Amino acid sequence: MGRFVVRRVAGMLVVMFAVSVLTFLIFNVIPNGDPADRMAGRNSTPVQIAAIEREWGFDKPIYTQYLTTMEKVFTGDLISYANQTSVVEEIKRGIPRTFALAIGAALIWLAMGTALGLYTAMRAGRFSDTLVTVLALIGISMPVFWLGALASYYLGFKLGVFPNGGYAEIGEAGLWEWVKHMILPWTVLATLFVGVYSRVLRSNILDTINDDYVRTARAKGLTERRVMVHHVLRNSLIPIVTLWGLDFGAVLGGGAILTETVFDLQGVGQYFAESIGQLDVPPVLAVTLFGAFFIVLLNTIVDIVYAALDPRIRLSR
Amino acid sequence: MTAPSSDLLLDVQDLKVSFATEEGVVQAVDEVSFQLHAGEVLAIVGESGSGKSVTAMTLMGLTRSPNARFAGTARLRRLDLVRARDDELRAVRGEEIAMVFQDPMTSLNPVQRIGRQIVEQIQAHRDVSGGEARDQVVGLLERVGIPRARERFGSYPHELSGGMRQRVMIAMALSCDPSVLIADEPTTALDVTIQAQILQVLKELRERTNAGIVLVTHDLGVVAEIADRIAVMYAGRIVEEGSTDEIFYNPQHPYTWGLLGSITRVDRPRPARLPSIPGLPPSLITPPQGCHFRPRCPHAHDACLPRPELLARLGGGESGHTDRCVMAPARKAQLRRAGERIGLVAGGATQ
Amino acid sequence: MPIADSSVQPDPSPVLDGGRAEAAPAPGLSPWALALRRLGRNKAALAFGALFVVLVALALAAPLWAQLADTTPARNHLSDTIVVNGKSEQVVTFDGVPIGPTWQRKFFLGADSNGRDVAVRLLYGARNSLFIGITAAIITAFLAVLLGTLAGYFRGWTDAVISRSLDVMWAFPVLLLGVALGVSLALGGLRIGPLRIQGGSLWIPTIIIGVVSVVYLARPIRGQVLSLREKEFVEAARAQGAGPLRIMFSELLPNLASTILVFFPLLVANAILLEAALSFLGAGVQPPEPSWGTMLSDGVVLLSTAPHLTIVPGLMLVLTVLALNVFGDGVRDALDPRAKVRFEH
Repeated sequence: MGRFVVRRVAGMLVVMFAVSVLTFLIFNVIPNGDPADRMAGRNSTPVQIAAIEREWGFDKPIYTQYLTTMEKVFTGDLISYANQTSVVEEIKRGIPRTFALAIGAALIWLAMGTALGLYTAMRAGRFSDTLVTVLALIGISMPVFWLGALASYYLGFKLGVFPNGGYAEIGEAGLWEWVKHMILPWTVLATLFVGVYSRVLRSNILDTINDDYVRTARAKGLTERRVMVHHVLRNSLIPIVTLWGLDFGAVLGGGAILTETVFDLQGVGQYFAESIGQLDVPPVLAVTLFGAFFIVLLNTIVDIVYAALDPRIRLSR
Repeated sequence: MTAPSSDLLLDVQDLKVSFATEEGVVQAVDEVSFQLHAGEVLAIVGESGSGKSVTAMTLMGLTRSPNARFAGTARLRRLDLVRARDDELRAVRGEEIAMVFQDPMTSLNPVQRIGRQIVEQIQAHRDVSGGEARDQVVGLLERVGIPRARERFGSYPHELSGGMRQRVMIAMALSCDPSVLIADEPTTALDVTIQAQILQVLKELRERTNAGIVLVTHDLGVVAEIADRIAVMYAGRIVEEGSTDEIFYNPQHPYTWGLLGSITRVDRPRPARLPSIPGLPPSLITPPQGCHFRPRCPHAHDACLPRPELLARLGGGESGHTDRCVMAPARKAQLRRAGERIGLVAGGATQ
Repeated sequence: MPIADSSVQPDPSPVLDGGRAEAAPAPGLSPWALALRRLGRNKAALAFGALFVVLVALALAAPLWAQLADTTPARNHLSDTIVVNGKSEQVVTFDGVPIGPTWQRKFFLGADSNGRDVAVRLLYGARNSLFIGITAAIITAFLAVLLGTLAGYFRGWTDAVISRSLDVMWAFPVLLLGVALGVSLALGGLRIGPLRIQGGSLWIPTIIIGVVSVVYLARPIRGQVLSLREKEFVEAARAQGAGPLRIMFSELLPNLASTILVFFPLLVANAILLEAALSFLGAGVQPPEPSWGTMLSDGVVLLSTAPHLTIVPGLMLVLTVLALNVFGDGVRDALDPRAKVRFEH
């Protein structure tokens, strides 16, 4: 197991490196035009452009450019050209909000998805199964920002049940206010995933129930409840856990952009969206790396947890 | 082959099992009756689709589902396994009556250690502590011939070879000292050398605990090794039943002749082609009228159209040898002798 | 099997026929025919499949509707008035509030803040969104099958390179990648060798969506190829002397077909949603080209005064994606059934 972990972590570092190179290429190399000009943004002067060129080394060979860029990112020496703020500071400000959204939604969709998956599996083929399936399908067919906008407007603005967006600091406004502000964003973001999870779990359970070892478990004279929990569920949940880890990573890594924007939570994702709108490259670069880091981290953790849960995996890979 | 004691363990009468499928209703088991006594090995023989596995699983109550319909009785001592309530069934499953399945790789939970899986069964029926159960399991593993049992206790199924996994399955089935053991093709997934060892384990079990064994198989070699009585199944029905000697040396049903005739024998000249019964088993959704074997039987005639009964047709009936072929015993003997001459049917005593 | 032996009386009426006449003949349908039959029994899937076809037809009929409504998707009617229920209303009021659905030929679904006819824009937008969705899905399928098959079949170095690249792509926040590419390419356009694509072209978001979605399909395909290549029929083909290309086309692809078929509706649904997200963030379809995403982006701002601008395109999008999801489910069930039959005795 230990060796497995080491291998995975090494792989993670390699992937991170590759991601950083790719990011660099995307922003500075692939698109047409002069990178310094692009970075300087919309209202730039030739002086600014020249300064950027020098600082980022755009007149130097590519690998030097890459190194300069990475150095700036890691030392936090990134300035947004659009509003002269420190990129890293902005990201730090946004992290707790993005995390709050991601973690809350992720826990909700895991709990709801598991509960619904179990419920529909038990009632497979009956009306309640079909009903929940239909609702789940509708849930995954909605653009999250559409649902969010409508929810925010009708439930927030019009009915006044929930706040109309924005984020409340726990420290300032208290726990209840914080929760009130997060409920709609959590629900909207979770809607997308609940449908998927309940269907995956339902499908896993229905598959596992027909597996030979479940038959053996019954033949042993175990109670139906023990068979379901210790054999069927335990084995069916393994793919769910790994899926959850991957999705959580994806949400942290940028999947929450739309929800943040719609509810004006001023998280990292929204920062990205606003910077992109202003063609402000340094924040975009930094946020992309930040997002990629979390995805790769979560992927690695998921791999390790999966191997811990399913011993067959440890041999391969 | 020891003489079975008179203690009646299993009494199956007119068992019928049918399933609804996309294509129609499948009559998988059609009026199957047999008895199992303590210390006896009853082999249920037939090709795939004959209904032998469904019969075995029905005894364990594993075929119960919304698509299934049952008729008849299967008494385990006093409990009717067909009509038992779920909790009654669960009480005896694994305790009084246990089953060993065909494929040990898929029949064991892949993410749990094997020791734990056996402990789970023991603790479901007995009130023992974890430590005690563990010791019992180690003892069981040793009994079925697994070396370094204490270490192997913590192994995962995929870390063991096929033969070892099957021994684990047997150990698991034996863990609560059942009086009836059902073995569904226990050696089919294993190679021949391991087969012999597994059969040895079963024989020792029978001697030590006087348990009754129902052995479901299509392998007549295995049957000859270990069985006391044989029931031959075809298309959901028992077509012949009797002691091992009777079946092998005095088979009465043409299907049995075909089965036996397709075994290669070392004491005969090798036939140019290995004989087989031509044709395919019939559909169990629209089975043939009358005798199910009629379409493939070279000796069929109109008398086979009404449904044949399972009767003791050889004089007396003391040997308990019954079959479903309506031909006169004299004619059967004649046909057998003829086929025998060219090595097509197992030879032996005639009428 | 009847043996000619003089000592044995011939049977009076032999009925030997090898069991063929008695046994009910198997229908003999190919797996595809069987799947089609199963799909045919799935009313819900068929209904939603038909719905999707209807939506596509509506989208294609956009120019017809434009003629009926006597306008184009880009024409502003800011200062126009229209008669609704006998009253004369401004298409767009002085404070910038556009008219809601009139249910008449002109401005059937109302107008947007620029005075454009929503219904006309919706249908033209549907054309664009569907074009992007379907074409991107095709691109994804093509690339995924290509990469997955190469990686799975040749293994070794090819596999290592492709798999690691897929891992890196997988690590990328898809949305961020799409947005970043979308914005930067929208400005300067794409230039790969002789291929030049304008910044405002629909092909930019199409290619981006097509490429970033490859990961979802490439991995399953690779997995399937890995297991398929061990199967006997591939061995047999190799023994016959078939080269890798031949094996890939005649042995592997047909078996991959069912996987591709199952994924395809989902790929289209995903692409449509992704286009909406990208356009919403300004990184997809560029104005003034209409698409569901751009319409939603415009509409959300005016949610309090003109909710129809958000609700209408959103509903159409949801219906389309839902239709694809349900139909896709039906396809999956048809190709991989689990017997769930009630007992009818």
